[in-house]
Amino acid sequence: MKTDILMVGVGGQGTVLASDILCDVALSAGYDVKKSEIHGMAQRGGSVISHVRIGKKVFSPVIPVGSADILVSFEKMEFLRYFEYINNETILLLNEGKIYPPGAAGGEEKYPDSLIEEKITIFKKYYLLNAFDIADKVFNRKVTSTVMLGKLASVLEIKPDIWKDVISEKVPPKTKGKNIEAFDAGYNT
Amino acid sequence: MEKRVLSGNAAIARGAYESGIGLVSSYPGTPSSEITDNIKMYDEIYSEWATNEKVALEVAIGSSIAGTRSMTCMKHVGLNVASDPLMTLSYTGVNAGIVVVVADDPNMFSSQNEQDSRHYARFAKIPMLEPSDSNEAKHFVKLAVEISEKYSTPVLLRSVTRLSHSMSVVDIGSRENVSRKNLDVNIPKWVMVPANARKRHFFVEDRLKNIQTDYDNDILNLASEELNSKKIGIVTSGIAYQYVKEALPDASLLKLNMVYPLPLGKIKEFSKKVEKLFVVEELDPFIENEVIAYGLNLQRLDRSLMGELSVERVSKLFKNIDFGVLRFPSEYDDIDKDLPQRPPNMCAGCSHRGIFYAINRLKLFASGDIGCYTLGLLPPLSAIHSTVCMGASISMAHGIDKGSNGEYARKSVAVIGDSTFLHTGINGLINSFYNSGTSTVIILDNRITGMTGHQPNPATGLSINGTPAPQINIETLCKGMGIKNVKVVDPFNVEECLDTLKAETAKEELSVVITNRPCIFADRSVISSPYFVIRENCTGCKACVKVGCPAILWDSEKRLAFIDETMCTGCGLCPEVCKFDAINKLGE
Repeated sequence: MKTDILMVGVGGQGTVLASDILCDVALSAGYDVKKSEIHGMAQRGGSVISHVRIGKKVFSPVIPVGSADILVSFEKMEFLRYFEYINNETILLLNEGKIYPPGAAGGEEKYPDSLIEEKITIFKKYYLLNAFDIADKVFNRKVTSTVMLGKLASVLEIKPDIWKDVISEKVPPKTKGKNIEAFDAGYNT
Repeated sequence: MEKRVLSGNAAIARGAYESGIGLVSSYPGTPSSEITDNIKMYDEIYSEWATNEKVALEVAIGSSIAGTRSMTCMKHVGLNVASDPLMTLSYTGVNAGIVVVVADDPNMFSSQNEQDSRHYARFAKIPMLEPSDSNEAKHFVKLAVEISEKYSTPVLLRSVTRLSHSMSVVDIGSRENVSRKNLDVNIPKWVMVPANARKRHFFVEDRLKNIQTDYDNDILNLASEELNSKKIGIVTSGIAYQYVKEALPDASLLKLNMVYPLPLGKIKEFSKKVEKLFVVEELDPFIENEVIAYGLNLQRLDRSLMGELSVERVSKLFKNIDFGVLRFPSEYDDIDKDLPQRPPNMCAGCSHRGIFYAINRLKLFASGDIGCYTLGLLPPLSAIHSTVCMGASISMAHGIDKGSNGEYARKSVAVIGDSTFLHTGINGLINSFYNSGTSTVIILDNRITGMTGHQPNPATGLSINGTPAPQINIETLCKGMGIKNVKVVDPFNVEECLDTLKAETAKEELSVVITNRPCIFADRSVISSPYFVIRENCTGCKACVKVGCPAILWDSEKRLAFIDETMCTGCGLCPEVCKFDAINKLGE
């Protein structure tokens, strides 16, 4: 197995923690794993991207263009920014919840709804879910990324128990139960 | 053996722990900050946030004299600040080992320049190690300590953003028990007056030769050869090694773990085993130039000196010579440029926003500095007009004053944060005061080092561990210098900001204006219930949109403003600028 997973979202959505969890899951399942992301200025409401590469032996921590096996978009339009990484086989997991970019919010630019609809169809396989709604039902927006991890787990070959162990270790102890619920909700969507 | 997935930075911290380092003093700077943020979790290591990188390195030198192994961590431009002690530390050498970690930022993800810190190793004539993943990052701290003590030299450990902020699997070991050495009382070694320094320069040159010889003769075991195809041989190091391994799996490699000095003899031997010799490295042709100067027949790569390398870039570099080209299916063009962007922005509730709004309204030229507030350059505020380096805002404002005979001092301000002021801004302020400057300096005292991840600083009142610590009062400090005009304003009181800035810039005297609101991350208690827009009262004048808060949104169909209640921190700035009483607090 060699799986390159690109996780994209907006600063503050928990994309980084989610990709940390994925790394520990891969290690627990006996794989080599590398992850790369950029913090710093990009953190403040900007686009966030994490590259996670899982396999027998991983060299570059960055996914080469055209090589992503799975694109996980934590926000509805964010996947559009990373088309250079996809190929004919790439699977898309898309949160249909929106976070308006400042331009679209200020009225000068429109949220690209029609472009999203058009581009989704390029993917041979795609899964849509409104992770915000699911997260709100389970607990609150803070577990959105765990819902997305649940969905990701459903397309990877790693047992859910390993995921749950790592999630229980990594999230704040008080929210452990709610995060496991969020994971299950995402997994079963 | 226990394994963990760690970032390069967390691995360097772990390396410091395992190699018996007892003191770490650093100033935060992306991408290096998390090293020291991680160090503080090890009780066995004394750690601190220093006021700047020069101070931090000097603390490390003191620790070495006292017999305790030490480390200091900084970003590439931080090494410019620490270069003064570094150049002479090369002459004195060390007592207990000293490791200087420097993290470069190819592609300038969060930096003002793209300098290649490897030049500092040659400049200071000291060794530099360069790991290629987290496991090496951890291990190389130990190697750095050993080399430091064996040859009596500070050792540079170079990271890059892509290593510091990448994660990979690390073998976890235990801490080496080292006993503290005795205080090193040795006047000829440590007192660098000319007579002593001249003698030490001989030591420096000899040391460098010895290290290079030992590197060549495999005594240091810092280079590894991987022989494959004879057609191409590549000398590489650091993160570039990973790209080469993936892009050119058939090439023969010589991987260098130390990038200065170079094992030129070993490179020569390697070159004999292959038909063509190349160097693959990021940023400047540092190794390439050294190897060519040594006289080896090396093929220069026609490579851009800007930005990061990648698997694709390495693959493309070798496409022309038709070697091992991986194909990257890029069926889909990037559509990024057509999309609404998400530029970095000051947070909702940021205490800087109000005063920037005032600077914008008064059309002042703002000599800026390094921190979150640099983001004040973005529209609609557009209230930062220069940024060069840490502390430069105040001295540049003084230059603007003196260079225009005082004219532009009436139309400009310096803008600097508390941490940056205490880093190197304070020297500029003393200079302005002493030289009878008439500029106006705004110190945005939000009591935290924000941009790098909310580290405490001397204005915070907390130590690196979050325990209570002595707190600098910036107002008292400025008054203590003898500055007459020191005003404290509430940055969310727009009228007060406007009046104060008008009055202080008009004065033909030096003024300091200090804002007094904490960062919403420094003090979560400032967050209160959110505001909302009363639709009936909103005239669509967009005054609130112009404060540039990410929580204030615009409904372009109804032509009304609205507030994202999940983002709003209840700071109260937007109701200040609304003339129609259309913004109200929830529950009031």
